[in-house]
Amino acid sequence: MHRFANPTRFLRLAAAVLPFSAAVAALCLGAGLVWGLFFAPPDYQQGDTVRIMFIHVPAAMMAMGVYAGMAISSGIALIWRHAVADLIAKASAPIGATFCFICLLTGSLWGKPMWGTWWVWDARLTSMLIMLFIYLGYMALWQAFDDQTKAARAAAILALVGAINLPVIKFSVEWWNTLHQPASLITMSGPKIHASLLWPLLLMIVGFGAYYLTVLIYRVRAEIHLRRTRMLRLAQADRHAAMQAAE
Amino acid sequence: MSRIFLMLIRRDLLLARKQGGGSLLSITFFVLVVSLFPLGVGPAPETLERIAAGTIWVAALLSVLLSLDRMFQADLEDGSLDQLALLPLPLSLVVLAKTIAHWLTTGLPLTLAAPLLGLLMQLSPDAYGALIAAMLLGTPILSLIGAIGAALTVGVRRGGVLLTLIVTPLYIPVLIFGVSAAEAAAQGFSYSAHMLFLSAILSGAIVIAPIAAAWALKLALD
Amino acid sequence: MSEFLSMGGYGFFVWTSWGVGAVLMIGLLVQSIAAARAAAREVQAIEQLSPRRRRRKADAE
Repeated sequence: MHRFANPTRFLRLAAAVLPFSAAVAALCLGAGLVWGLFFAPPDYQQGDTVRIMFIHVPAAMMAMGVYAGMAISSGIALIWRHAVADLIAKASAPIGATFCFICLLTGSLWGKPMWGTWWVWDARLTSMLIMLFIYLGYMALWQAFDDQTKAARAAAILALVGAINLPVIKFSVEWWNTLHQPASLITMSGPKIHASLLWPLLLMIVGFGAYYLTVLIYRVRAEIHLRRTRMLRLAQADRHAAMQAAE
Repeated sequence: MSRIFLMLIRRDLLLARKQGGGSLLSITFFVLVVSLFPLGVGPAPETLERIAAGTIWVAALLSVLLSLDRMFQADLEDGSLDQLALLPLPLSLVVLAKTIAHWLTTGLPLTLAAPLLGLLMQLSPDAYGALIAAMLLGTPILSLIGAIGAALTVGVRRGGVLLTLIVTPLYIPVLIFGVSAAEAAAQGFSYSAHMLFLSAILSGAIVIAPIAAAWALKLALD
Repeated sequence: MSEFLSMGGYGFFVWTSWGVGAVLMIGLLVQSIAAARAAAREVQAIEQLSPRRRRRKADAE
């Protein structure tokens, strides 16, 4: 674990991984796009709207997966004072929030033709909306501190508290939904996914994962450089002060 | 140790009284928000009855939110937070004491005021017991989760708005179980499951929230 | 072709979904790359300004 706590070593590892993750992302997303839009057959019940699934489902999975990754690296950062883990958590949040937003938007665009309305307080859409708020709160907390070490620890605590809460929120929302849901709705999980739709979906999921890794590497790289710039600036200011004191 | 704990609670209660009607302000806000709803949706009794429990819970949640940002702020500003950290008592227990005091000055008065608002909102007579029981279990959770948010944002620029953004999503399970307990009771169903869920969340929050809030407070004390 | 674009009458929904998804994801990628490049430039510029560090590095070699 601590081997990767050294930012320089992390940068070297990241530089080695980046070409692969970028290639996998480009290939899978490209292939998934062509397959999903051109070759996959329309669903017998949902027609061509089923093609929205190829974006909606991977985005939903990644929104949750990124949060899990964010919580784990926050835990590592908090317990072991790991120097890169907190930056990974920070860099993950905007990506996760983007996935969350894409999931909500495509869910709405899928809901209009299927349910006849732009928004339904469906259990999964609702918990995704709450998750977006949690992502936004996390990002806002990072912004609120001037001292980056303090920001990192406060944000890590929030990420962990959120991680404990998310299952409770999800459970309560599902429970609330069964109380209020009108029976006539078609749920998104309704028909089982046909194999001809499953392959492009899997491709897109892998592509989304690789995309996350690629963007994450760029963002962590930016954060490491920024932190180093801040450190050097401080050292420079100290030197200035020392020189002036000597004169 | 328990003597210090009780003294801490007493201290906060005294301070709340001296600073002039913190709980009175919360209750006024609570009543004000609830009374906006009949003006908004119309005074038809059946409409009001339908939304009564939800309105009362949402208003209670907002009043608690509004009272949170002073939870540690005043102690940080006058330096007494540093003193509290030096007590022969773990910081998490200090937080717990302050949370209990916060509940006694906001959550409990709100719970006591809720039946009156039930009257205003035409709450179904069968729902009163469930509403009060759920609020007795639910408002301490609001104080506990709120303590984490208050501790994270203490000493932060524009902490109030940030606090709201952080805490509100975490309040949703309490809202859902609290409202549906009252709704179940109004329809003549048992609401013991709701009470069990709220108790489970409360016991989890009692363990986790003081520790997390104490971690966060240490950041402000550095 | 127009039949393909219309997506069985659901063209608007399908294409908006894919379009917005693509725009957001490409936008995030571009922004991240630009931020990483800018941060790298900044750190290089400031490293050249701190002579002591460079000397120490040269000594080590």
